[in-house]
Amino acid sequence: MTLTTLLAQQLVNGLVLGSFYALVALGYTMVFGVVKLLNFAHGDIYMVGAFAGFLALSLVAGVVGIGWLGVAVAILLSMLAVGFLGVVIERIAYAPMLKAPRLSILITALAVSLVLQNGVLTLTNGQIIAFSPKLGFAGINLGGVFINYKQMALAGTAAILMLGLEMFISRTQYGRAMRAVSVDKDMSELMGIDVNRVIAVTFFAGSALAAAAGTMAGAYYGSIWYFMGFLIGLKAFTAAVIGGIGSIPGAMLGGLILGLLESFGTQIPGIGSEWKDVFSFGVLILVLVFKPTGLLGKSEQERM
Amino acid sequence: MAGPVAPPVEPRPSAWGGLNRVLDTPAKRGAAIGLILIVMAVAPMAFGPYATVILTNALLYTILALGLNVVVGYAGLLDLGYAAFFAVGAYSVGILTTTFGWNFWATIPVAIVAAAVAGVIIGTPTLRLRSDYLAIVTLGFGEIVRIAARNLKITGSASGITGIEQPWLFGWHIATPTDFYYVFLALTIIGILVSVRLSNSRLGRAWLYVRHDEDAAEAMGINRVRVKLAAYVIGAIYGSIGWAFFAVNFTAISPESFSFKQSTLFLMAVILGGMGKIPGVILGAFIVVLAPELLRDLGSFRYLIFAVGLLLIMLYRPSGIWPVRSAK
Repeated sequence: MTLTTLLAQQLVNGLVLGSFYALVALGYTMVFGVVKLLNFAHGDIYMVGAFAGFLALSLVAGVVGIGWLGVAVAILLSMLAVGFLGVVIERIAYAPMLKAPRLSILITALAVSLVLQNGVLTLTNGQIIAFSPKLGFAGINLGGVFINYKQMALAGTAAILMLGLEMFISRTQYGRAMRAVSVDKDMSELMGIDVNRVIAVTFFAGSALAAAAGTMAGAYYGSIWYFMGFLIGLKAFTAAVIGGIGSIPGAMLGGLILGLLESFGTQIPGIGSEWKDVFSFGVLILVLVFKPTGLLGKSEQERM
Repeated sequence: MAGPVAPPVEPRPSAWGGLNRVLDTPAKRGAAIGLILIVMAVAPMAFGPYATVILTNALLYTILALGLNVVVGYAGLLDLGYAAFFAVGAYSVGILTTTFGWNFWATIPVAIVAAAVAGVIIGTPTLRLRSDYLAIVTLGFGEIVRIAARNLKITGSASGITGIEQPWLFGWHIATPTDFYYVFLALTIIGILVSVRLSNSRLGRAWLYVRHDEDAAEAMGINRVRVKLAAYVIGAIYGSIGWAFFAVNFTAISPESFSFKQSTLFLMAVILGGMGKIPGVILGAFIVVLAPELLRDLGSFRYLIFAVGLLLIMLYRPSGIWPVRSAK
């Protein structure tokens, strides 16, 4: 393998990884934008999304099979179910806490994360479950770089979802309301915006995107388990910070950048794949220290 | 929507919280403390070897929870990577005693300095950040330390360090579980005394001020970054000493003891009992250690019970289980 094809292959890997990060980072950034809450449980919502997708696929397998169509249906069902789960979580755990000190709400979010993780741990006995739809291994070869159809479908779906979100936020009434609430919640309320409903929509959309990413990740890597959301939650947060937390295009950009950084970073001699996570957390810390507002974030004087 | 409305978390005026109201005279307080001390002193003889090991563990958790309480309860900073600090202490002791053949007692100052340095390294760039960023950064740091420990040769990679020698103290070979029980009991008492002194000190008042209103504190001339850094460093030293003694007790260190799960256990101990209150933190540490023992039959289900408990506490009793009402 020549250096060029090696780099091109890493580019493909990085974009696939980056699509996952971007989808999960969007949920972080949307929720943060609207309620200024760092949703620690977001990585676990992704994990629950993977399990919901797995369940959905086994339910619909008899009707649509476990091929491409089955996975597509599973993704949709999982998005729907987990979207509602996100709204329920917000209503039960976060809504009563929104006026509480920041430390309390952070710990509440952590508690939600532990409840989801240990709930799935209890249900699955902590086992790694095989999630293997029949998608085949075929693909196309572009001058020595092999891209399989799964990777293409994954990046394509991620792009469609992000485009859809962008349209939703820029074109629809709810999108406009969301932007207004993220600028000034109290003023939006005075202007007649139903802030609670906007928050619910935000949680629904963010959780649904994470669920899509979770289901796709499960189908792509072939296995799911209760702890799969922990690392990606951290990584997606890193991505959101790189792009500028609160900024939607920033989350997409940050996700792709982090994916590429990781896949190229691990190619540097001396940094093996076991150091991959150290590499991304290092990036996170550097960004926070030198440019806490990220690439596309608004610079604002934040009260601590 | 019907739901619990969380009352604002009112930090207690004193680190002892409501205990002062029940035990309102020095005599009563002295009697209570004396009684607890007597029970703790005879516990190994009274309850048998198994209970001694469990109680030793509870004391270890108490020390670490007291340290984390300085960071979370006193200074109001959410630290999700506390395990990184005691990893630094444990590995300093482990590496120096096994690879370099140092005496255990000579490694303790090194472990303290290493933990303090780690606290400064992690704290300096991050303490200027918003508190929720800080939480994630400490989480990331915790993972970095664990991954580094698992992959570096000097820390023994994935298998960790084994064969750490148990120390001698003036001709007393600290070796049996009962020996270690008393060592941890002594350490816990020292830890409590230091915590009490800290909360009543100038620094303790500065933490209280910064926790309540950072901007106002700064306007009053408190250097908030330095004050928070002090909390970090002190918390790190508690963790470092606690786990260094655990390492010689266990004679081994495994990188997997420094996981995120471990950090959350200590955080639970601090929050369950009541942040910032010493009796609450001790109670929390004992619950975290003893509850899994009592619920052992439930298997992994007990973690779920813990998690739900934490959530319920945050929603309904955000200042912890310890029954206190702040005196107006």
